Amino acid sequence: MTALTGALAEHPALDQWVGFPAPGQVTILTGKVEIGQGVLTAMRQLAAEELDVAPARIAIEAGDTDRTPNEGFTAGSQSMQFGGVALRQACAEVRALFISHAAQKLGCGADELAVVDGRILRKGVATGEDYWTLASAISLAAEATGAARRKPASTYQVVGENAARLDLPAKVFGAPVFVHDMTLPGMVHARAVRQPRRGATIASIDQAAIHRAARGPVDIVRHGNFLAIVGADETADETAVEAAAVAAETHVTWAGVEPINPARQHANSLLQQPTIDRTVGPAAASAPGATHYEATYSRAYLGHASIAPSCALAEFRDGHLTVWTHAQGVFPLRAALAQSLELDPKNISVRHVQGPGCYGHNGADDAAADAAIIAMQRPGTPIRVRWRRAEEFAFEPVSSAMVVKVRAALDAAGRPADWTAEIWSGTHSARPGSGNLLGAQALPAPPPDHAPHDVPDAGGGGAVRNATPLYAIPAKRFIHHLVPDTPVRTSALRGLGAMPNVFAIECFIDELAERAGEDPVAYRLAIAADPRVRGVIGRVAAMAGWQAGLPSGSGRGRGIGVARYKDRAAYAAVVVELEADETIRLLKMWCAADAGLVINPDGAINQLEGGMIQAASWVLREQVQIDSAGIASRDWETYPVLRFSEVPEITVELLPSADDVPLGVGEATAGPTAAAIGNAVAHALGARIRDLPLTRERIMATLLSSE
Amino acid sequence: MPSFDLTVNGRAVSVTVAHDDVPLLGVLRDALGLLGTRFGCGLEQCGCCMVLIDGAPQKSCAKPIWGVAGKSVTTVEGLGTPERPHPLQRAFLDEQAGQCGYCLSGILISAKALLDRNPEPTRAEIAKALDENICRCGSHNRILRAVEKAAALARGGEP
Repeated sequence: MTALTGALAEHPALDQWVGFPAPGQVTILTGKVEIGQGVLTAMRQLAAEELDVAPARIAIEAGDTDRTPNEGFTAGSQSMQFGGVALRQACAEVRALFISHAAQKLGCGADELAVVDGRILRKGVATGEDYWTLASAISLAAEATGAARRKPASTYQVVGENAARLDLPAKVFGAPVFVHDMTLPGMVHARAVRQPRRGATIASIDQAAIHRAARGPVDIVRHGNFLAIVGADETADETAVEAAAVAAETHVTWAGVEPINPARQHANSLLQQPTIDRTVGPAAASAPGATHYEATYSRAYLGHASIAPSCALAEFRDGHLTVWTHAQGVFPLRAALAQSLELDPKNISVRHVQGPGCYGHNGADDAAADAAIIAMQRPGTPIRVRWRRAEEFAFEPVSSAMVVKVRAALDAAGRPADWTAEIWSGTHSARPGSGNLLGAQALPAPPPDHAPHDVPDAGGGGAVRNATPLYAIPAKRFIHHLVPDTPVRTSALRGLGAMPNVFAIECFIDELAERAGEDPVAYRLAIAADPRVRGVIGRVAAMAGWQAGLPSGSGRGRGIGVARYKDRAAYAAVVVELEADETIRLLKMWCAADAGLVINPDGAINQLEGGMIQAASWVLREQVQIDSAGIASRDWETYPVLRFSEVPEITVELLPSADDVPLGVGEATAGPTAAAIGNAVAHALGARIRDLPLTRERIMATLLSSE
Repeated sequence: MPSFDLTVNGRAVSVTVAHDDVPLLGVLRDALGLLGTRFGCGLEQCGCCMVLIDGAPQKSCAKPIWGVAGKSVTTVEGLGTPERPHPLQRAFLDEQAGQCGYCLSGILISAKALLDRNPEPTRAEIAKALDENICRCGSHNRILRAVEKAAALARGGEP
């Protein structure tokens, strides 16, 4: 008997998860959504395995408030670890229910029966019964009890095998799979004219100038301080609406817009802001005579920089609002829309449609709110809103800059005996669910602003995610300084605070190793107690042919970084080899990961590798630029990301695991990769840079000051 | 309203547009219903909208339609179909080269342009040819392997 947990406890009715719509066919339902991570392919593998049906029989419905279970957000590397585990148990319950009915009907013991591709066999012989012959007599409204035993992992045939991604063929043939490609009969294009800041009010609108720029029939729709350009009818093409929206940037003036101090784009400006403080961990023991060491690391504000701007469709008809969105959580978005638009949630349907990779809370929810607000103003007309590129860069919530100061008291062997991480950061949690939708802030009665908060520690923490080193250190604590007032809106980006924290911890560990005169790998192995941590470190060092004692300052360097994401998801260790002079050239990256039970190994490797490349881009290239008007980096030239020629070859290995629970991989490699690059650059240059990104200016300044 | 004749994926088409400077991307997507070419930035910076114009890779998001009159345009739909995939499409599926997949249409076009002029490119040459395309998910190495594989498939003829 397994206690039901998570989404299955909240939605125990089996028909919320599994259906048999027609002979030979199975439907599974999941609240998790495809965001390019291959989650639905892996869900299908889990269901096929536990139901004992061929994967090809299974169709998947995902992320629809009218159909699927509410599983919150598809985020935090939790989809397989929690959503997959819920679906797996639901499938086990369904199989057990059918076996028990079949046993009754056949007058035999359940233990004599097995399922092979949906057919019921008795002692290996066909019984003529299958899921579909039995389905009409069995109510799947029955609730999961936790009594059904899952198949032992040793018998798995589908789980653990590489499965081709279900969504990829359509993308390779250019099929219209994205919400951007959707059209509805009678649909018109629309764009919001963005309120520059919360609280700003419209001072003037030069309607004639906007209409002139449109060169087509557009309407200017106003609701409070929410302003939008809407195609007057179907003949208004997107170009006209777009041109009018661009013109509106100049021809609408706003009052109540305080200029931002551009110095606040720098992470260290967080240290001058008011903070809300707390300490978690034991009080620091006074250790007279101990050696103390301290270093401060930082990272700039980062954008999600999705490959395409956000898009959504909405229609308000007969009192019912339907929204098509690529947001990560259809149910939280529905709740936020209900609050902002003063509708009953039961009068709102939110449906997920694929979009460009988001890596967290980008503009997707806000674009959906724009479409919904405009649709409410135009009942009966389907509205399509696609943000402009500059709008996505400038108005999506970004990841807060962070400063992490690490202090350690060292024992006689130069190893940490007492550890403090002191963290300054804005919030990493401003997802919708409680009304935080950009367009709603401009409505006549905007929802109240949030009280300052961050992701609770029980949920993995936001700024303090991975703030505690995974090494055996007698006393560890963190001090969290939450900065409520950031110059721009901040929210969740892949890994939240984990990347800056792991960067700081793992760079600091290298600094301690150097002071102790020890090799970074040997030093880590000496202070790591968890065998799985030791396992990934040892494996990645072997993969990379790690040699101790290579001289530093030669222009060529290698570095290591390791973490267990969120202290509860996958373990990953990364080694990076690079060349550094005025610029940094990545030569090769290796990763060893322990991801527990791996459903689709190729899918997991794709995620781990993608995380490494994205982290390399963050570390080498990325920072949001802020001027007095807000975010100033509004295109790919001012917000550059890593290009193909800059990406090194990568080898990823998954360690075998006895675990029967998958450990999330999507965010596991970002911190270790950032740290490995930081350590490799320090090794190559013979001098350390503690502030990200590792720009040419910082490299030059470091080289000059170390001469 | 101005009208223009061009060839798209081997078919002669005539399109009527509101203005002669409407971008080619809008014509492909809205007038011709070819939704495989994606909008990424509208600034000719990301490569999502890459098409071949008379065989040369070009970004279509800011290219006025008047400049394409009389020319031949190839989009991702012109490469192959699930029944008759182009070697690049087959190789991208073999290598599972993609995550969100939004960038893939443009990348496939850039890769086709490369293979048309250089059937045996090195990894570095492929990477350089794809530097006009952004992949944000980090599928770069799979994509590079897929293009190498497609080159080999194409050289070996259609099995």
